[in-house]
Amino acid sequence: MQGYLRSDGRKGIRNQLLVVYLVECAHHVARLIVDQSGQAGVQLVGFPGCYPNAYALRIMQRLCTHPNVGGVLLLSLGCEGFNREELEATVRESGRPVETLVIQECGGTRKTLAAGLAATARIGGRMAEQGRVDMALDELVVGTICGGSDGTSGISANPAVGNSFNRLVAEGATCIFEETGELIGCEHIMMERAVTPELARQIEAVMDKAANYYETMGFGSFAPGNAEGGLTTQEEKSMGAYSKSGDSPISGLIKPGDLPPRGGLYLLDIVPDGEPRFGFPNISDNAEIVELIACGAHLILFTTGRGSVVGSAISPVIKICANPDTYRRMADDMDVNAGAIIEGDASVEQVGKDIFERARAVAAGAPSVSEALGHQEFILTYKTFEPIGPGCLPTARVA
Amino acid sequence: MINRKAHVLLHQKDNILVSCRDLTPGETLCIDHQPVVLTQMIPLGHKIARRPLAKGEKILKYGASIGSALADIVVGEHVHLHNMKSDYIPSHTRKAVG
Repeated sequence: MQGYLRSDGRKGIRNQLLVVYLVECAHHVARLIVDQSGQAGVQLVGFPGCYPNAYALRIMQRLCTHPNVGGVLLLSLGCEGFNREELEATVRESGRPVETLVIQECGGTRKTLAAGLAATARIGGRMAEQGRVDMALDELVVGTICGGSDGTSGISANPAVGNSFNRLVAEGATCIFEETGELIGCEHIMMERAVTPELARQIEAVMDKAANYYETMGFGSFAPGNAEGGLTTQEEKSMGAYSKSGDSPISGLIKPGDLPPRGGLYLLDIVPDGEPRFGFPNISDNAEIVELIACGAHLILFTTGRGSVVGSAISPVIKICANPDTYRRMADDMDVNAGAIIEGDASVEQVGKDIFERARAVAAGAPSVSEALGHQEFILTYKTFEPIGPGCLPTARVA
Repeated sequence: MINRKAHVLLHQKDNILVSCRDLTPGETLCIDHQPVVLTQMIPLGHKIARRPLAKGEKILKYGASIGSALADIVVGEHVHLHNMKSDYIPSHTRKAVG
């Protein structure tokens, strides 16, 4: 396995050029640039809001300096609140090629498109000079998420991902599981797995926060399709989702944009701090994927029972189908068939090994199925977070 | 397909089973060595009562509570939104809004 060595020492398994719109008003021009650039690995991401938001800036800084990203073009309308100067400075300091185009200064759609195509060609030219170096499994960061869960998710795909997480953690890799709102009911079991009592207390606190937040919102993290698929309650869905984490000790608790300090298993707290202000914590699966990527995830293991087709910008998404009937309908969108566990054709261990091998192949450059289909979904919305407390990362090395 | 296992027990403490295929009314299941004739359709991934459950009793899956029974439930009955509820936050369907 080889990776693109970045200035912070991390290595990327892809070399993407991001075109970033900084307000919805710049979205269309950014898309035209991506569509017409004619270069491989040019991807569209952005933030729709006009009001500034510290979380959105931090996440965008993390994404634009993600190891899978080699260069960045920022697209501003000109009057929006996003701090484009600070974002550009962060990317420049990382050693990556970066340029900013302001549509109001360029003179509108056509002129910005022409300038954007010239810019992506320049940035792409510099990115092509970036060579690759050897990369080991203990340098890999893997996130997991479930979407479109049903009664099969928690008995096939999720425990199989948990098994692959055990294998990855044993190799020294960093694994992240998340969605504290989808773990409501599992707090006591998670606390027992924390590497220190202080970390256990921090986990308890964020789980209380999650329960309060969703209660205020009036809906749990539970979609109508979950019930049609046989799941009845939030805590039932939680127990199934929880099995994705495997059996490793929990080494730390992080928030979106925090980078795990070393290998091991980490819980990502995605529920905003303070009074509920901007609505549901994450409005769809891709919002969670973006947060995992902002924590450095090189690739995402996505389990689904009802069936999902999404991928992501920046980091490849590997899809593991839990339900054998769904797999037969949607095999063209799936990387791994965990439904074989339900039909008695494979064990959780066998499918866990398949997922591990698939992750290794995709990390080495093989496209995942959603990646080959061109899926590059992306969404970033308003949120508020306080920094994590000192007890959250007990294994962090003292600098 | 017809020979596929009907259901799976996830944990010895559980009082429900999970169906491994779509189960049809009239079908006879073997639940803890006892024959039980199904009276309802139970789709893949849904829950089946393994024991008689009293109203208010905890429903156990993965060896952990996933909610409480809203009514008395007989062995072999479909266990879902109509006869159990969350002990944390209510579940919703598409009919919840509009």
